[in-house]
Amino acid sequence: MIPMSYYLVLSALLFGVGILGVLIRRNALVIFMSIELMLNAVNLTFITLSRYMETLHGQIYVFFVMTVAAAEVAVGLAIIMLLFRNWGTANIDDINLMKW
Amino acid sequence: MELFLFIVIGGITLISSLFVVFQRSPLYSAFFLILTFLAMAGLYLMLGAEFIAIIQVIVYAGAVMVLFLFVIMLLNLDKEKHDQLTGHWMQKFFGFVIVVALVPLIGLGISTTLLYSGSQLGAKGTYGLQMAERVSNTKAVAALLFTDYILPFEITSILLLVAMIGVVYLAKRTKNINT
Repeated sequence: MIPMSYYLVLSALLFGVGILGVLIRRNALVIFMSIELMLNAVNLTFITLSRYMETLHGQIYVFFVMTVAAAEVAVGLAIIMLLFRNWGTANIDDINLMKW
Repeated sequence: MELFLFIVIGGITLISSLFVVFQRSPLYSAFFLILTFLAMAGLYLMLGAEFIAIIQVIVYAGAVMVLFLFVIMLLNLDKEKHDQLTGHWMQKFFGFVIVVALVPLIGLGISTTLLYSGSQLGAKGTYGLQMAERVSNTKAVAALLFTDYILPFEITSILLLVAMIGVVYLAKRTKNINT
């Protein structure tokens, strides 16, 4: 069996790539996709630990994380669509009405 | 053998996630995200969670990404010519600095404080390798989900109802003179 730390380091790297996507991209949809990437990295951590602790509670949590992420994607995409309808752009640099 | 499989599938996951972030068109980012989700389903299969792997394919790659692609094609975001890949150079620089400082911290932290062998993790559960061969993963997850976790399950169903109501209300076309 592979040591558990291999999976955990992969999960940390995926989480880092997600953070990178949120910080340096300007398109609202790609930022949203990076958030989904971060959620998946955390799912991988949950399932790894559930496997190596020989229990199933981690997998139940992943089930709920997936459900909540699906609901969040639906609502977030509706908001992005409204944003595009009102501003004509999905570039978050242009949506600066509340900036001081 | 398992190490080879882990390196291949883990490499596909990591490389396609890098492609998600550094792709110019959001459509191609969505495609690489689908590939990332499928590779992660492969990782879940390697970890013995076949129910979660199938749910990942159905829910994430099959529903969430289809929703993303709908919105990308509806808003026609692929054709934006003025869309820069990244922002100001200082944003890029500090983004990289934060990630390069944070990710080794997370990786080293969670992989060395939780020690390698499972026997030092604390109380072990009852679903080991021998049990996994006798009881299927779906049956075991269901046995836990509908007994111990029945309350979060019902609350999740209400959450999905609320999300659906919210989406229908938000995305409704308003009747004003501009539309």
